[in-house]
Amino acid sequence: MSMTITEKILAAAAGKNKVEPGDLIDAKIDCIMCHDVTTPAAISMLKEKGIDKVFDNEKIVVTPDHFQPAKDIKSAELHKRLDSWAREKKIKNYYPLGKAGVCHALLPEQGHIRPGEVIIGGDSHTCTYGAFAAFSTGIGSTDLAAAIATGTLWFRIPASIKFVLNGKLSKGVYSKDVILAVIAKIGTDGALYKSMEFVGPTLKEMSMEARMTITNMAIEAGAKNGIIGFDDITKKYLDEHLKDKKAYKVYESDKDAKYEQVIEIDCSKLEPIVALPSLPSGGKPISQCAGMKMDQSYIGSCTNGRIEDLRIAAAIMKGEKVSIRTIIVPATPEIWKQAMDEGLFDIFYAAGCVISAPTCGACLGGFMGILAAGEKCVSTTNRNFVGRMGSPKSEVYLASPATAAASAVEGKLTDCRGYL
Amino acid sequence: MAKAHVYKRDHINTDEIIPARYLNTDNVAELASHCMEDLDTGFIKKCRPGDCIIAGDDFGCGSSREHAVWALQGAKVGAVIANNFARIFYRNCINCGFYPIELDGATEKINDGDEIEIDYKKGVIKNKTQKKEISFKPLPDFAIEIINDGGLLEHIKKGTAD
Repeated sequence: MSMTITEKILAAAAGKNKVEPGDLIDAKIDCIMCHDVTTPAAISMLKEKGIDKVFDNEKIVVTPDHFQPAKDIKSAELHKRLDSWAREKKIKNYYPLGKAGVCHALLPEQGHIRPGEVIIGGDSHTCTYGAFAAFSTGIGSTDLAAAIATGTLWFRIPASIKFVLNGKLSKGVYSKDVILAVIAKIGTDGALYKSMEFVGPTLKEMSMEARMTITNMAIEAGAKNGIIGFDDITKKYLDEHLKDKKAYKVYESDKDAKYEQVIEIDCSKLEPIVALPSLPSGGKPISQCAGMKMDQSYIGSCTNGRIEDLRIAAAIMKGEKVSIRTIIVPATPEIWKQAMDEGLFDIFYAAGCVISAPTCGACLGGFMGILAAGEKCVSTTNRNFVGRMGSPKSEVYLASPATAAASAVEGKLTDCRGYL
Repeated sequence: MAKAHVYKRDHINTDEIIPARYLNTDNVAELASHCMEDLDTGFIKKCRPGDCIIAGDDFGCGSSREHAVWALQGAKVGAVIANNFARIFYRNCINCGFYPIELDGATEKINDGDEIEIDYKKGVIKNKTQKKEISFKPLPDFAIEIINDGGLLEHIKKGTAD
C-alpha cells in the first residue's frame, strides 16, 4: 500500500506498517521543544497531578525565547520556573540566556532536528522542522505535559495536500513570497487539520533556511504539519549541524501516494508579496500595494531571522539610510555572531537600524518594538492578526526581508527589486 | 440559562481571545480578565457563567497557547459553538475538558442574546428564545472520554492507575 512521507513517519512512530488519513495512533515522540510561554504551565500541571517526571532528559530541548531576556517581573518568574525545572530534571539540551535563541531557528542550527523523526513543541510554529523531512507539529501545554511525562502522544493521521512548486524564482522573490502566495491562494484554513507537502524544482534552488520559511508558515493555512522531502541540500545542512552522527531514517512519499488535492504553483510568475492586515492570507503583489506609508520595519523571528535573511536585508541597506524605525533581530546567538563577523552589523548601524538580542520579542507583541495605535509595521514575521505586534489599532504587513529592508529605506511599502 | 454571544466572524484567532501581551502569566483569573479583549472589550463585563460564544469558521486559529482556553474557562464561558475550529485550539479544548461544539451555520441558527441550553450527551442545543432544537456533531468517543476524565492528564493518570 502506498503512503505519503507524513503517513510513513507517523506509521513508524506508532509501530504500524500502514496508516491512512483519519486513523488514530499513539506515536512515540523523538524530540520535544520547550519554551518560556507554554512550558512553565506544563511543568506546574505535572507537579499538581503528581506525575512529575520526564520520559527522557536527552530528548527534550529547552530554550526561553518569547520574552527573553525577561521583559518584566512576570516573565522573569516564567523563566525562573523553566530554569529550575530544566536543572532539576537534568535536561541535557538546555539553552539558557547567552545560548538561548528563537526556538525554531535554534533547534535545527544546534543539530536537534533529524529526518524521519516525530518532533513536537509547545508552539504553533513547530511545523518549521518539517523542512528536514521530519513530522513536526505544535501543541498546547497539556499535550506538552503529557508528552514530557510519557514520550507518546495521540494523533489523527492527516490527509495530505501536495503543493508542486515549479519555475525559477525571479530576482527579488524569495521563499517568503512563495508561502505568502500559497496562503493567499488557499486561505488561513485552506489546509485545516491537513498535511502540506511541498515538492518541485523550485525547492531545489532553496537553502534549508529558505525552506524553513515555507514550512514555518504551514500553520498559517491551518495545517497540522508542513513537510519537504530529503535531498542533497538537506544532507549537507545536517552534515554540518548534527552533533549526534547516528543514522537517521529517510522517508519518501510513494509515487502513487494519495493526496486530497494537488496544487501547482508557477513560482516564476510571482512578484514580491505583502500580506495586508489582518490575516496572513491577505497577500497582494507589491505592484498593488507599494507606496503605503509605514512607521516601522521589523526583520527577525522564526520565519525570517536567520543569517541568510540578515544578509539579504543588509545587501539592500548597504550605503542607504532607513527613514523609519528599523529593528533587526538575529534569531540565535550564533546568527548574531555570524552577522557581526560578516560586517552586517556595521551596515545596519550605518543605515540607522537598531540590533536586538535574540528573542521572539515584538513578533507576538511581547516587547522590543511594540506598535502604538494607528501605526503600521512591515515585518518579516508570520502573523498580522489584529493587535499582534501591539495596539489593536496598529497594523502589520508581512513581507520578505528584502521587502522589509527596501521599505525601511523608503518609509513605505517598496518593491525591493529596485535595490538589487 | 446560558446566553449566546454571537460574533459573525471567521478566523477569530488566539491573539484576539487572549493577546500575547498577557502571556507573561498562566494565572487563570488574570487571563480571564482579558478574555476576548482585542475583539470585544465589553465581553468580560457581559459574560455570565455558562454563557456561550458563537462564531463562524476556524475559531481559535493562530498560536498554540492553551492560555486561550484557560481564559475562556476562567471567564466561565460554557462552550464555544462554531462552524469549525483550528486544529491546535480544538485539541487544547479537549485536553482541558472544555467543549468545542462544531455546528454548521452556527451564527445563522443562533442569534445574539438567545437563551440556549446544551445537552452534551444527546448532542442537542435547545434554543429557548427561538423555541427550537438544533442537533450538533458530537465529539468523537475518545475525546468525550478525556473530557469526562477531567482532561488529558487525569485521563493518563487513570490509565496508569488501571
